[in-house]
Amino acid sequence: MTTSSVDAVAGCGEALVQLEHVVKDFPVKSGSFFARKRERVHAVADVSLDVRRGETLALVGETGCGKSTLARCIVRLHDLTAGRVLFDGHDISVASHAELRPFRRRMQMVFQDPYGSLNPRRRVGSIIGDPFAIHGVAHGAERLRRVQELMELVGLNSEHYNRFPGDFSGGQRQRVGIARAIALRPDFIVCDEPVSALDVSIRAQILNLLAELQDELGLTYLFISHDLSVVRHVSDRVAVMYLGAVVEVAPVGSLYGHARHPYTRALLSAMPVADSERAAAREEIVLTGDPPSPLDPPSGCRFHPRCPRAQARCASEALVLAPRLGDTAEHVAACHFPLADGEVLAAAAARAESL
Amino acid sequence: MTTAGHAAIRSRGPWELAFERLRRDRAAIAAATALVVVVLVAVLAPAIAKAVGHGPGEQFLDVGLSPSGIPVGPSRAFLLGTDGLGRDVLVRIAYGTRVSLLVGVLASALAVLVGTVVGIAAGWYGGTADRALSRTMDVFLALPFLVFALALVAVVGPSLTISVTVIAFFSWASVGRVVRAQALSIRELEYVQAALTLGAGHARIMFIEILPNVTASVIVYATLLIPGAIVAEATLSFLGLSVVPPTPSWGNMLADAMAYYKVAWWFVLFPGAALLLTTVAFNVLGDSVRDALDPKHDPSMAVSAEEAR
Amino acid sequence: MTTPDRANGTPLLDVRGLHVAFTTPDGVLEAVRGISFSVDRGKVLGIVGESGSGKSVATQTMVGLTRGARVAGEAVFEGQDLLAMSPDQLRVIRGRGIAMIFQNPLSSLHPLYRIGWQIVEMIQAHEAATRRQARARAIELLGLVGIPRPDRRVDDYPHQFSGGMLQRAMIAMALALHPRLLIADEPTTALDVTVQAQILRLLRRVQQEFGTAIILITHDLGVIAEVADEVIVMYAGRAMEVAPRRELFRTPSHPYTRGLWHSIPRPDMEGARLTPIPGQPPSLIAPPPGCPFHPRCAEAVARCGADTPLLGALPGTERHLSACWLTEGGASP
Repeated sequence: MTTSSVDAVAGCGEALVQLEHVVKDFPVKSGSFFARKRERVHAVADVSLDVRRGETLALVGETGCGKSTLARCIVRLHDLTAGRVLFDGHDISVASHAELRPFRRRMQMVFQDPYGSLNPRRRVGSIIGDPFAIHGVAHGAERLRRVQELMELVGLNSEHYNRFPGDFSGGQRQRVGIARAIALRPDFIVCDEPVSALDVSIRAQILNLLAELQDELGLTYLFISHDLSVVRHVSDRVAVMYLGAVVEVAPVGSLYGHARHPYTRALLSAMPVADSERAAAREEIVLTGDPPSPLDPPSGCRFHPRCPRAQARCASEALVLAPRLGDTAEHVAACHFPLADGEVLAAAAARAESL
Repeated sequence: MTTAGHAAIRSRGPWELAFERLRRDRAAIAAATALVVVVLVAVLAPAIAKAVGHGPGEQFLDVGLSPSGIPVGPSRAFLLGTDGLGRDVLVRIAYGTRVSLLVGVLASALAVLVGTVVGIAAGWYGGTADRALSRTMDVFLALPFLVFALALVAVVGPSLTISVTVIAFFSWASVGRVVRAQALSIRELEYVQAALTLGAGHARIMFIEILPNVTASVIVYATLLIPGAIVAEATLSFLGLSVVPPTPSWGNMLADAMAYYKVAWWFVLFPGAALLLTTVAFNVLGDSVRDALDPKHDPSMAVSAEEAR
Repeated sequence: MTTPDRANGTPLLDVRGLHVAFTTPDGVLEAVRGISFSVDRGKVLGIVGESGSGKSVATQTMVGLTRGARVAGEAVFEGQDLLAMSPDQLRVIRGRGIAMIFQNPLSSLHPLYRIGWQIVEMIQAHEAATRRQARARAIELLGLVGIPRPDRRVDDYPHQFSGGMLQRAMIAMALALHPRLLIADEPTTALDVTVQAQILRLLRRVQQEFGTAIILITHDLGVIAEVADEVIVMYAGRAMEVAPRRELFRTPSHPYTRGLWHSIPRPDMEGARLTPIPGQPPSLIAPPPGCPFHPRCAEAVARCGADTPLLGALPGTERHLSACWLTEGGASP
């Protein structure tokens, strides 16, 4: 997708963002007044991951897998429970609000909800101009000029800077959000489901915009999505998350071609395909039940209760992301019984999940 | 980029839209008109006095009272009759309007100011600051109004300033709670998260992101606070805790009228009617403002938002 | 409700010329502008469209769920025109003849009543069943839709179910009275992809085992590809293309359908740039003249902006229709 993606795939790109054993828990009070339990939601459980300069790394998973929480930990909207986040070599894990400010110029976020990510009572020009205002970079006429420049860059009519978000469509509002994110020419942008809330015919426009901007501005993306067809199109590498843990990381071709982890296979097979022949022909793995609660995750491999291949050691032994079945270091999976190329995951009923 | 269809619909900001909705609301127009009249009466009180030829404190013991000392009813000389001391009720009501509006609006404004600041701070910062501020608000809400007012006045003596202060003192906490609740929910919205990722400081977020979205409900609350403040002032002056006589206020007029209600109905009716009219007008306007600012309450509006998707 | 004997060719639901308009402060909003379609017994009709296409409004209007709308046209269900019925008559049909499930089960089920109670209440409102019978049926239905331990879960509240389970419960409730037609409005949009697969499978089972006809409304062509027998593509309140599923995907005809197709990332694309449809959907208050899609259509000619094309069969087929001047009576591009 980008000119530098060749480097990334070959493993030459250096890491811009490094996650080391990141853990994020949320305390949850439950139980009655007299028997109050203090439990923790283990949203992110020991994630180590690198995002390489210039690449688009996708983070996929379903509800509750922790991908959004992880993203927010990276941009320090959350504090980490444990672990480290390094940005360009600097440890930002425990940096204070003030210490983080210079880094805020370099890493930004595009949000999912085009209706919630813009303050409805502020004008669009003011919203896009926020980064300039906050960091004292440009004022008055200069700021206006740069805001209008940004609007043109993302495909908006620069004369509309005085309008309110309510005057724009979903796709246009997302463009406003993108303009705001790139205002100070960051190095790294986390795109949290940027097109999920948009109409199908608009999605392609925004995806193309993101691709163009990546080329023009040399951006690095962490692209979060649950839509595997979009992910396949935009990413260089993909990391699959399940219930707070990363279960597989691979270059996009390898992941879609021969995923190792059973969950990845199940996810890929559930992906709706806009092609009636393929839809009929492909392998159908239908997992039963729903993902268990992050309050009380299963032991060992978190996927084992629903996995058709699970055996005793899956419940007891901890797992590490490592290359399996002769793969290179680029393709790692956390599974004791990974799937070989062409091996079909049986559609036999997985053990039913009792809720 | 925009199709012809889009260009045809003018861009209107949220405030403009609200204003247009308000304009179309007949009850709001009626209430607003009534209030304009009230304000005019207050502003023009001296002119009214001059026109009728009677000052607010002038006692007309000869023409204003009957031979047996009973107030004179509505007549050509005294349009709304006289009070127990032969003073022109019309003129006194007009001057009393000044007191009511002044105290009502000032006290509400003060309450809203303090309540908004505290509410936003409590909602945004959360944690211990929130707990401290919330408990403070709870205490203020639990204090009994009249008892406290009586005690305060016993110490410093009655005056207009005391009225304003005491009423504001007892109103700010309810504003604070409402604002705090709103701030708490706004805090979780994505545009606030976005501001944080951009590196915005706390003050900026509270002032620029949260405040504009709280303003709508604050305005509604304020318009509903004012009639409450006016009634509170009337209560205080009824008990002699507000403005000092001979300065007229609706409350102290009603207090005086208690002795005369059997023989001088106009003395009770007109100040009471003035109070009622003003209070109802503010309430109606407040309701309409709320509807204008939050169209989801209006069933006929609900259709286009949902179904149009 | 007794139904007259039917010849095989008569559809279960026949909609002709449906128009739905709303009066808004900004003007008249025409949400649905003259669509016609039919659903055969036991078949799945997929309605594909984006927001503003009118797909939800059309079906909701048919069962009387839209307030304050101006409606024209007819929707004949088993011989009776739904649009001409009184609210009371419609209430009889809702649930027994036609059932509906929505995108967000949390907002369609009452949060303060147990699931079992809600199903029982519905059964008892339409049929003369005792509580025990109704409850037994509720448990049976919950089991049928794949909810484990239905005898226990029947007494749970909606918030105790996960998204997928709740949608199943909704389907169970919809099936309680054995409706002939099930309208599913974006039933899987809010669900995870693995759960979506389960629900679609369930819908297929419902169709096969009970012979229920289904109208499936969605914006996702992938979902259509899996479940639908016949497909209508809607845009700005009108039908753009109608075809059996295989034909729609093999030879899409209408420029909008093809535009949608090209703007979705597909496995065979190998990272090439997507071809988006430029511009955005039109305002439904001041829609453009002629074909509603023409401002965004790369192939539009002068006629497209002047006359509104109607659905016409493509040459050589009976069941593949397109509303496009470029294909009417001429060669398909």
